[in-house]
Amino acid sequence: MVGITSYGAYIPWYRLQRKSIFQAMGWYAPFTYGIAKGEKAVCNYDEDSLSMAVNAGMHCLENMKRERIGSFFLASTTLPYQERMNASIVSTALDLSPHVRSADLTGGIKAGTTAMLAAMDGIEAGRCEQAMVCATDSRLGKPGGTYEHVFGDAAASFLFGKENVIAEFKGSFSLSYDFVDQRRATGDPFNRNWEERWIRDAGVSKILPEAFAGATTRFGLDPSQISKLCIALPADMSSMGKKLNLAPDHFQDPMLGQVGDCGAALAGLMLVAALEDAKPGDHIVVLGFGSGADLLHFEVTEAIHDLPSRRAVKASLANRMEMDNYEKYTTWRGIQPVEVGIRGEAPAPTALSTLWNHRQVILGMVGSKCMACGTPQFPPQRICANPSCKAVDKMEPYRFADRKGKIFTFTGDMLAFSTNPPSIYGLVDMDEGGRLWMDFTDIDIKDMRVEMPVRLSFRLKYKDDGRGIMGYFWKAIPAEERKEVQ
Amino acid sequence: MARGIKDQVAIIGMGCTQFGELWNKSAEDLMVDVYMDAIQDAGIETQDIEMAWMGVCFDEVNVGKSAIPFSVALKLPFIPVTRVENFCASGTESFRGAVYAVASGACDIALALGVEKLKDTGYGGLPDFGQTMGTRNRMTLPNITAPGAFAMMATRYFAKYGLNRDEGKEVLAKISAKSHANGAKNPKAHHRMEVTIEKILKAPIIAEPLGLFDCCGVSDGAAAAIVTTPKIAKKLKGDDFIKVKALQIACTSGEELMYTDWDGTYVKTTREAGSRAYAEAGIKNPREEINMMELHDCFSITELVTYEDLQISEQGKAKEDIDTGFYDLNGQIPAQPDGGLKCFGHPIGASGLRMIYECYLQLLGRAGQRQIKDPKLALTHNLGGFPAMSVCSVGIFGRS
Repeated sequence: MVGITSYGAYIPWYRLQRKSIFQAMGWYAPFTYGIAKGEKAVCNYDEDSLSMAVNAGMHCLENMKRERIGSFFLASTTLPYQERMNASIVSTALDLSPHVRSADLTGGIKAGTTAMLAAMDGIEAGRCEQAMVCATDSRLGKPGGTYEHVFGDAAASFLFGKENVIAEFKGSFSLSYDFVDQRRATGDPFNRNWEERWIRDAGVSKILPEAFAGATTRFGLDPSQISKLCIALPADMSSMGKKLNLAPDHFQDPMLGQVGDCGAALAGLMLVAALEDAKPGDHIVVLGFGSGADLLHFEVTEAIHDLPSRRAVKASLANRMEMDNYEKYTTWRGIQPVEVGIRGEAPAPTALSTLWNHRQVILGMVGSKCMACGTPQFPPQRICANPSCKAVDKMEPYRFADRKGKIFTFTGDMLAFSTNPPSIYGLVDMDEGGRLWMDFTDIDIKDMRVEMPVRLSFRLKYKDDGRGIMGYFWKAIPAEERKEVQ
Repeated sequence: MARGIKDQVAIIGMGCTQFGELWNKSAEDLMVDVYMDAIQDAGIETQDIEMAWMGVCFDEVNVGKSAIPFSVALKLPFIPVTRVENFCASGTESFRGAVYAVASGACDIALALGVEKLKDTGYGGLPDFGQTMGTRNRMTLPNITAPGAFAMMATRYFAKYGLNRDEGKEVLAKISAKSHANGAKNPKAHHRMEVTIEKILKAPIIAEPLGLFDCCGVSDGAAAAIVTTPKIAKKLKGDDFIKVKALQIACTSGEELMYTDWDGTYVKTTREAGSRAYAEAGIKNPREEINMMELHDCFSITELVTYEDLQISEQGKAKEDIDTGFYDLNGQIPAQPDGGLKCFGHPIGASGLRMIYECYLQLLGRAGQRQIKDPKLALTHNLGGFPAMSVCSVGIFGRS
């Protein structure tokens, strides 16, 4: 039996209120009034599609063994690098084996479902025991357009395997067409589209039924048996219910009012949400759309009861900060240039040779633990930092990224450059030992307290636009999910 | 057993420029100005100087690497000249080089000079640390600034001793107000104005909880000292010189940051350097024996914990001494009679020597309207780096 063995999701903390988009741009685009409802998840200033993928993957791997993962696929249309395998950055951050086969799957939002199929292909072919997928997107809509309201940011992650399968893979059917509903040429930050009615009538209304028909012919899918149908489109698709003989409550909510259309991550995010509520015997069908379609059929197993609860859609939806500052959003997404001053305009060059030598330290947050006295330390040391030990070369690798700690001290620095001032940083004492000098994020300075529990989150630490460098590292975030209003 | 440095080296001449935003002065101007003052004060000439040390920290764009810009500016005649750097403790490091040279007998007369020309770097505050922390550290360490790194100590101190933010800030404000009162009396100071507690408390936040007046000035300036043996000093100056009683430096092992014993409310290197300096100078009870101090008050919180780290105030009780005016100009141990880093200003490489300069003036009775009555022992405390990773020098000076 091949199928899903674990899942995780990541939805960024900030939720831009759509009415604030309209308040800023409604003078220019009054026709957006009707869609300016609810909120959409948006990356913090230090997040992008790659960092979200790592955090979704972290949630997926919680309590899971990762040594036998043989394939890793990263699906997105908004990856930071055109050349430099983004999947390898993510797999290093997730501490996967270097023997993993990794690839970026991109070019269309259907990449999210195609990555799941590629992962399961490898297992079915007997090439690997486990395979992992992260699907993520952070697409930009142009100010004054509808996509600015519709697009949201999120990531989903899955682990596939043969043991402890919680949802068995029953079959799939794929279609590939050059149906240009949306497009974004290399170098263009914004999506463009053809007429929406044509997309609906000539695209969605034709391609989806074709996928269902194909699935029925190929492996006998009976649409009326579907418990949850996850159609990854930014619309209420329950009008298809009549054709498929499915009641509206069998259609998985695409979370447009809470998250927005998260592109390549949407199919996965909906599947995770469906799995969170699923019971053994449920049939879940996922439909990824874009330049064709992928239909995937899963049947939930008894093992779903054994999967420990994890940070996925429910926890991520509950952890939210309402944001009504449109200018903050456009600044963070680089839509609006801001004065960065002398401290922001010339970051130090990044030594890629240093990054290579210390890739596990920097991307994987791996320090060292003294085998003589047991003290974890970061960055890794050769001579133990414990003054009463100082053992030489008695260290073993010790990963901090998965552990929790408490705030030892902090400051909110208005002098340091940050596009989200003040720059909040301080010391964290880890619960299992070790002290880290960390940035804090996803928190307001007024809520910071000494002793507050924190965990680690993968973030964009700096951007060096002049040299084409995105520097990633880990930051501390509050350990508990919170709901706040800005 | 090493014999230590006590009474082996004398300071026979010093100089210190005006500190401030010296837009029209170059680093070379400052070096020549302060050098001419120092040799004139010592009553010697260039050919009498056998070795020299120069301290400069940040602005290699203005001074340049190596000691060459220094020896060229002063036209030193092919003698040994060395540039030293140890963050904000660089000034005292240049002094240490000169003092050790004389004490070892390697030479009779040596020069120590510190300079910094920060106001050509374009930064308000210190320049960015991004290029200065090594290629790996800056990929993992936060984008720290000096105020932020020291503010972390205030957060911790407030939490440990149960001060809420307002109470803590008020204690710190009194420290800065005292230094402003002193700085107003100093014609060479960068900031020469008194400020009220109210104004200090209302100032904008630089790094929570530190506001503008909790932070020292960032200045241009230079200071220099000529050192020799007490025997030569006597011959050249009679009794008009001071002696080095102790000179200690402590550099962190990294345990504050990588081990969890340090509680974040003190500076470990200050404690180490202070204890060793007292032992070297033969001081048993610093609160009774020290007559004045020039502390590294880069931030108000630094000065507060230094009172405690140097065993003058009890741990956690500096507030009581601050409230009673113990450290005021007319108090029992005046701290920063010249205004300190806070008001005299902080040209990094010069600051350690500027502290010694004030001790020199006070011990020789030359401090004018801020003169303390009959001081016998004066202490300097010159701290580099951040509380969590620091290097600290403590010097003790006495009359001939």
